[in-house]
This record gives sequence, structure tokens and C-alpha cells, in this order.
Amino acid sequence: MITRIDRRFARLKEENRPALVTYFMGGDPDYETSLSIMKALPAAGSDVIELGMPFSDPMADGPAIQAAGLRALKGGQTLAKTLQMARDFRRDDDDTPIVMMGYYNPIYIYGVERFLSDAKEAGIDGLIIVDLPPEMDQELCVPAIKAGLNFIRLATPTTDEERLPKVLENTSGFVYYVSMTGVTGSALPDTNNVSAAVSRIKEHTDLPICVGFGVKTARQARAIGEAADGVVVGSAIVAAIAQCYDANGKRIEDPAEAVATLVKGLADGVREARLAAAR
Amino acid sequence: MNKPAEPNSFRIGPDDEGMYGIFGGRFVAETLMPLILDLEKHWNEAKDDPAFRAELEHLGRHYTGRPSPLYFAERLTEHLGGAKIYFKREDLNHTGSHKINNCLGQILLAKRMGKTRIIAETGAGQHGVASATVAARFGLPCVVYMGATDVERQKPNVFRMHLLGAEVKPVSSGHGTLKDAMNEALRDWVTNVEDTYYLIGTAAGPHPYPELVRDLQSVIGTEAREQIQELEGRLPDAIVAAVGGGSNAIGLFHPFLDDRQVEIHGVEAGGHGLEGDEHCASMTAGRPGVLHGNRTYLLQNDDGQILDGHSVSAGLDYPGVGPEHSWLKDTGRVIYSPILDDEAIEAFQMTTRLEGIIPALESAHAIAHAIKLAPTMGKDQIMIVNFSGRGDKDVHTVGKMLGMEM
Ligand SMILES: Cc1ncc(COP(=O)(O)O)c(C=O)c1O
Repeated sequence: MITRIDRRFARLKEENRPALVTYFMGGDPDYETSLSIMKALPAAGSDVIELGMPFSDPMADGPAIQAAGLRALKGGQTLAKTLQMARDFRRDDDDTPIVMMGYYNPIYIYGVERFLSDAKEAGIDGLIIVDLPPEMDQELCVPAIKAGLNFIRLATPTTDEERLPKVLENTSGFVYYVSMTGVTGSALPDTNNVSAAVSRIKEHTDLPICVGFGVKTARQARAIGEAADGVVVGSAIVAAIAQCYDANGKRIEDPAEAVATLVKGLADGVREARLAAAR
Repeated sequence: MNKPAEPNSFRIGPDDEGMYGIFGGRFVAETLMPLILDLEKHWNEAKDDPAFRAELEHLGRHYTGRPSPLYFAERLTEHLGGAKIYFKREDLNHTGSHKINNCLGQILLAKRMGKTRIIAETGAGQHGVASATVAARFGLPCVVYMGATDVERQKPNVFRMHLLGAEVKPVSSGHGTLKDAMNEALRDWVTNVEDTYYLIGTAAGPHPYPELVRDLQSVIGTEAREQIQELEGRLPDAIVAAVGGGSNAIGLFHPFLDDRQVEIHGVEAGGHGLEGDEHCASMTAGRPGVLHGNRTYLLQNDDGQILDGHSVSAGLDYPGVGPEHSWLKDTGRVIYSPILDDEAIEAFQMTTRLEGIIPALESAHAIAHAIKLAPTMGKDQIMIVNFSGRGDKDVHTVGKMLGMEM
């Protein structure tokens, strides 16, 4: 099974540059705005889109993504609408990989089989479910693979040599290396640790390795991109959206434009990474 | 919901994956997974280590004041005119509730694992106080996450935690109650994996916590089972406990689960009634879902978003319940029923006036159910109610509700 994710990483390998993976929260702050943000991402330089599914209790997320999820839920977002967002996006873009990211409960309540067939039909390529470690693979991971979706796993600094094979076993698409212990949006670790970790994981898999949790600037994206096959940016994008609204929730800037500007800068950083590494 | 097949014993769970039927499990971020596997390994070693057991028992006796008495509530019994009511007096424990049983066991485990920092979540503040207490006793720094709403309504316990040297961090997300405190504690743990021990306060969370907390709280039921046979020469006809996350309840219930003649009642917070969202009766009115590391009955909407719920009792104000209770509900071994805020307040007053004991609002829920049950039972029948904590922390809340000048 070859997904859009596999095709995209194969192409980037030919281009000899890392991917820019962008996360945003579906439905933040409302459906239409959020869809306009999503549509702006590929042209701004995003290679892979992570579409956040809001959850009331995001226990691995920091303040920025927590707030984004709450805004989305307040704006009436549901899992059904997040799937619809992917469908709407796919009308003009059949190329850019979409990975849905979030927590298990909304999927469990939606119904695993129904969710997988709806996600596939909506043009989703992969899933990242924060609270489903390999020990819980029978819940969603194994059915997702059967349905033709990539199941992308998080590896973390606490995932030791012994555990790594277990984490990688049912992983496909790419590996998401969480570059530190902590919630999303915390401080960036030093890049030396990151490249050591990437090399360590590479010994166990041929899958592309994307690194994230804390990348905010083009310079950081470039530094991470020297070692990794992809750089994930989330909280910075979500924060840029929040900044388009004043304290009363009134829009003072166009979020799609603000995100596009940020993503362009990050994409430039990522594109320079291999050049920098070669020098 | 299909009823699971009746097991030969109700006391054998969980399985190796931490499941009680479809409930329980380990639904955590990868960062935490190695930690809970390590915790499981250490717990399995510790619980069979005679030295660990001996130290725990010694502390239980000399620090907590165990065994706690099984007290015949004579005037309440007379007043209700039915079954004989016994209170298992966990309110007499050091720190004023059953929470200390769990905290002592877990701090010994933390020490054994070489952890140097303790974090905990708390609702009513009883678990926060018990955690702060054992942290002081063993010289470890302690951070307690507490919902902002609960910080307000359980002020005396906030002061106690400060005095004990713990740092109390108010959490304002959500309704500012136990669920939000637990989210924040998990975020801390995910960040400080090296040195930090998460001292969870109830029989919930990812495996092995529900089992570990149950084992530590089972001292309640083990003692009660012996005491009632000494006092009455037989087992009780019914046992009753309030269910927040479910630790005092599973502690009382577990040793009785295979005594089929004993009827077991869990009491959930009915809040303002089950019609709206203003309650915390996750088993009566919720459905299975995944939160805080385990699958269990949860209050949630059709999109799988968790609801906040409401209870006058901060310790019961949680939209979930430990997974073993969910399993005991589906197997039919335990009967779970809601008690309204008003009924709990009435039981609080009745117990105070008739027995001269001020119960925690959590315990008052269990007593309120006993007040309903006792008159339907014969005078020769016996009931044990888990008096999980004392009510000093709640006098402000109750006073205000009764319109007293505070
Ligand atoms: C006195 C008392 N009883 C009961 C509870 C409910 O917790 P659990 O269901 O874990 O026993 C609490 C929680 O704070 C409590 O303080």
C-alpha cells in the first residue's frame, strides 16, 4: 500500500530536502476560517498537513493547543466536521498528505469502523493518536492499517533501545520523534540531542523521521531539518492564529494570511537545511 | 450493553494488559508508557516483599492509627428502624480520610524507585493533604494540582497543604475541578519523567494504578470483614460506599466480592438530578469511553467530548470512575445508584445530630443511600457504610447552603 505520505517523502528525497509538516487545529476558531487556513498551507510551503481533532481533555498538549481545541469546540467543531474539512480540502488538492492528529475518545465514540471508512473516503492518509501506545494496537492501529491508512507513532526520549522496535513495529508513513519530554509548545531542546536521536531511530527503520514539539522559528526549523527528514511545527501556527483576534474575539488580521506568512518563513528555513548541512 | 459472562471469581482482575473485561488498559502518551511499565514492575516486586509489607503495616498502625474502628451507629439505626448500621471509621485516620492508606503505600514505592519529587491531583483536598503529609514525613518536595473551583470550596485543606510544605497549583481550565487537576498532573508528569512520581489519588488512571490503589485501600474491607465477624459472628447483608474515582469503595468492596450473599452498593453523585448535566453519575448516566489512561464509564456528549459534571462534593466531582467499577457494574456484582446534593446534605445533618460525627460530604452520599436502604431491611440485618472521611473541610460549604452566618 502506497499512500500520499509515502509518495510525498519519496519525492522530497529526490529533491534532497526535509519536509515541513504543519499542524493546525480543525475548526479553530470556526469551520470556514479553519478551512481557509488549511487551503493556504500547501502554497505557503507545507508538505504534509496535520489536521488536529479537538478534544476536551488534551492531556499531552500545552496551553496554545489546549486553547485552540477549546476555541474549536466552542465554534461547534465535531469529529464529523473535521472529516468534512478534509473532504472540502480534497476538492482542490488531491496531492498533499493529510494526517489527523488527536486523542482516541472522539474516534471511539464515533465508532472505529465507521471512522476509518469515513476518513479513507474523505482523503485522510494517516493518523496520529496521542493516547494509543503500541500496547493498545488492537484498538485502532491494526484496523487502520487494514483500512489502508498509515498509523504514525510517536517516539520520545523515554523510548529506549529495548522499546523502540515495539514502537516501530506497526508504524508506517513516517515516525514522529517528539524531541523532548513535555507537552506541546515547550522549549526547544538542543539540536545535537535531536540528531543523535534521529540516528538512533534510523538504525531501526527506513521510515522518514520527522521531529517536532517546540519548533517555532525558521532558524530552528533549519537546524532540525539538518538532521531530520521532516520538521513539525504546531504550537507556533496555532499561536499565530490566536494572535489574529483581540481580547474580545474580534478578528484584527486574516488568520489564513498570518499562517501563510509564518509557514513561508519556516519553509524557507527547511529548504536551507540541507544546504547548511552540506556547508 | 451486553452483560459479560459471570466469572468464577470477581477478585482476579485485571489481566496482564490491565483490563477488567473491556475496561481499564493503558491509554497514555508514549512518553509515559515506559514509566508505567516501570511502575508496574516495581509494584509487583514490592507487594510481595515482606519488608515492604511490614513497613507499610507499621506505618498503618502507628502513623495512620489502623485498624480503624467498626462503629455501630446505634441512634441512626434506631431512628431508621431497619437494618443495623455500622460505620467503617476511615474518618479517624490520620489526615481524616481513607486517602492516607493509598499515599503511604505509594510514597514507599516512590522511595523504592528512587524518585525525588511527588506530584498529585486533588478534588476535595483530602488526597492533596494526605500526599503533602507523606511527602513531609519522607522529606520529598510535593506539588499538588487542584481545580480553581475546588481551591475555593475546600479552603481549609489548601491551608493544610501549605502548612505541610506542599505547593498547591490551582488549575483554571474546564470547570476547575478534579478532571482538570488530573490533566495538569499528567502534563507535569510527561514533562518531568526522570525524577517525578505521580501519586494518583484514586483507583483510576492507566494500569497499574487502579490495581495498585485498590490493593492499598483493600485494608478497609479486609479489616471490616474481620471486625463484623467478631462483632456479629457473620458477614453483613449489605455494604455501601460513595464512588468518586472509586478508591474507598473498591477498598471496602474488594474483599467482599466473592461473598455472594453480601449485597454491594456504590453511590454516585446525583448532583441536581440526572435529567441535565449537573451531576457526576458516570455509571448511571454515562457510557464507556477513554480518558486519563483507561476505558471506563464517562460523562460525555455524542462527539466524545468529556462533560464537566457537578457535585456539591468536590471529591465526587469527576466525570469518570475507576475501571474496575465499570466492570463490576456490567457484571451486575455491584449496584450503583445516584444520591442528590440535597439528600447528601440531609444525611450530613442527620449523622451529625444523631451520632455526633461530622461526615465528609463524600461519605454523606454513602450514608444517604444507607438511610434509604435501612428501612427496607429487617432489624436482624446488617449493613456496613464506609465512613470515608471527616467533614471539617465541608463545614463552610454546608453552612453556606443552610444559610448560616459564616
Ligand atoms: C472523604 C472522601 N471520600 C471519598 C472520596 C472520593 O474518592 P474515592 O472515590 O477515590 O474514594 C474523597 C475524595 O476526595 C474523599 O475525600
